[in-house]
Amino acid sequence: MSGPEARPRPRKAPGRGAAVCAAALLVAPLAGCATGADDGTTINLYYAPEQNFQQVVDNCNAAADGRYRIVYHQLPRGADDQRTQMARRLAAQDTSMDILGLDITWTQEFAGARWILEWTGENLAEVEDGTLEGPLDSARFEDGVYAAPKNTNVQLLWYRTDLVDSPPETWDELIEMSTELRDAGETYQVNATGAQYEGLVAMYNSIVASAGGEILSEDGQRAVFDDGAVRGLEILRDFATSGVTDPSFTNAMEDEARLAFQSGNGAFQLNWPFVYPAMQADAPELAENVGWARYPGVEPGVPSRVSIGGYNLGISRYSEHPDEAFEAALCLRNAENQKFSAINDGVPPTIESVYSESEMAEAYPMRDVILEELQDAANRPLTPAYQSVSTVLAATLSPPGQIDPEATAEALRLSVQDALESKGVLP
Amino acid sequence: MSEETTTTSTAAEATTPKRRGRAPLSEGRRAERRLGWLLCAPAALIMVLVTAWPIIYSVWLSLQRFDLKFPDERQFIWFENYVTVLTNGYWWSAFGVTALITLVSVAIELVLGMALALVMHRTIVGRGLVRTSALVPYGVVTVVAAFSWRYAWTPETGYLANLFGEGAPLTEQASALGIIILAEVWKTTPFMALLLMAGLALVPNDLIKAAAIDGAGGWQRFTKVIIPVMKPAILVALLFRTLDAFRVFDNIYVLTSGAQDTSSVSMLAQTNLIKGLNLGIGSTMSVLIFIAVAIIAFIFIKLFGTSAPGSDNEGRR
Repeated sequence: MSGPEARPRPRKAPGRGAAVCAAALLVAPLAGCATGADDGTTINLYYAPEQNFQQVVDNCNAAADGRYRIVYHQLPRGADDQRTQMARRLAAQDTSMDILGLDITWTQEFAGARWILEWTGENLAEVEDGTLEGPLDSARFEDGVYAAPKNTNVQLLWYRTDLVDSPPETWDELIEMSTELRDAGETYQVNATGAQYEGLVAMYNSIVASAGGEILSEDGQRAVFDDGAVRGLEILRDFATSGVTDPSFTNAMEDEARLAFQSGNGAFQLNWPFVYPAMQADAPELAENVGWARYPGVEPGVPSRVSIGGYNLGISRYSEHPDEAFEAALCLRNAENQKFSAINDGVPPTIESVYSESEMAEAYPMRDVILEELQDAANRPLTPAYQSVSTVLAATLSPPGQIDPEATAEALRLSVQDALESKGVLP
Repeated sequence: MSEETTTTSTAAEATTPKRRGRAPLSEGRRAERRLGWLLCAPAALIMVLVTAWPIIYSVWLSLQRFDLKFPDERQFIWFENYVTVLTNGYWWSAFGVTALITLVSVAIELVLGMALALVMHRTIVGRGLVRTSALVPYGVVTVVAAFSWRYAWTPETGYLANLFGEGAPLTEQASALGIIILAEVWKTTPFMALLLMAGLALVPNDLIKAAAIDGAGGWQRFTKVIIPVMKPAILVALLFRTLDAFRVFDNIYVLTSGAQDTSSVSMLAQTNLIKGLNLGIGSTMSVLIFIAVAIIAFIFIKLFGTSAPGSDNEGRR
């Protein structure tokens, strides 16, 4: 899945919730702590489970001063389940959903299906103000912006400082270092997400982008798979066949990779930032010897370009209160609330200025690397058919050890083109 | 129906159900039949409403390019989706996987189920306890059981992962299919055993005793007496399980999500409909699965002479 599916553990701030609730009650009798008080406009927010997001909702309810009340409905944990629940209900023109939490890879699709409204005027200006270009691009569809980037995310290279002096900068170096460790009888494995799912596609997309390759044409209408994409296939195959991966590599998703590294089996890990707080909570001794670096690139001296994840907020076309929904969505993603979510829920902000706030330093020791990667961010192929494209990619790339670069690229050109024309059969 | 003349004697009809012609119906039988139809009508009507309509709608959808992602492109394309699906490697790979899982798991279940049924049938002490405990796997929610299998076979979290040497068995097609079949067998053997036990109860004890007096050993009694008498029950159990196994979904969904070519046809249809939002292709697959299931049922009923429970001629006039 593209977002951090497993959210980091909450960092307990005892009593803070209660305090804010009480404050909200003092400020606005109608705010979200009241149970079931259904007077005024209710804005139904459907968003992935996020530990402290209710706090943000409460903040916005207090700010709304009784004009509307946001109710946070938690979607299921699995990204696919989230998407299918919303898609099913929107296909049935369900009017009881107002704000939708969309993984950045679904935004095109929901816009293409005409399920979400375009952002215009002042709302648009506010969304564009200070937002990083990469996340904003994920919300663009046919010259319009159809969602507001709430948070972004990007994978880093995590490594054991007690085994590795300076982190590798390219995939070749990564494989080389791991092999050296293995030959020396040390812990050597690279834990990464190689299962047949979105994580494998994101990894491949990062390699292709770093190699300067293209998967789709600029307009998203044709499957290209140029030389850079073929180079990406080579690297992925070499990585999978060089004996540096976990035996479970071809079945590992984010959490499996995290657990393998956490239990001391890995020297390197390619994963989202959520692994760091989790590691501090579950394996504090190990966490002391863990460092982070920029995701590996392809050519020496050329910085990597990494696939971003994250969530956008879209407004349902069938919403009965679109104006309030736009306003509420803007509040939920404003700089203050993004900072709160970043610090408490480990989801990196999309507004650049938040990174330089002082409170970010403690929660995000790795924030500089994250921001550097975000400034050169790569988006996964932007097309309404992304889900099909991604499924075809995942199926063709899995297992990575059996890739034959030229032949695989040719097969992908055909099957991805079919996917773009709704003729693709998804595996 | 052939128009050959048959005797009108009801006795002959009852004994030779295979050769029934059109005998003129007596007044009483006609009234009886009318009443039968009237009594069936509400149920039949509801069945038509809840099953026929979705099937017809699926067929209708399968004849269009209908993709929710591209609402402007919807059009009627006759059988193009069928060509797309039937010339697609994923479909045939899934079909092969489904057939393999069906054949192997049903065969194993039949043997194990029969053994379990005999044990449960013969148990004297704690019969209730034995039957209940045998049914536990069938009572566990499939998805929950599948998750425990998945973790058991995953290195680092599992106690079974290193059973056959190092490696991750769920990441290889052959071993993954083996695990899927194992999970299916573990799950549904009790169901098979239950159906077979019902069949065992039909075997008269006198018959078995008579065979024993005639000098038949245990194995002979089983093959020459018990199995022939049980045949209808066995066929019904096989039919139910084959149809179920052919639609296998949840175990695969959890164990491998269809990676390494372990998708079944049901998984494929669900992926294309729900994940792909491609109603045309997904409906096409649903229709094809429906046809396959109908063919399986047809083969069982027409070729093996499986009779649906309650369709014998007893009590008819």
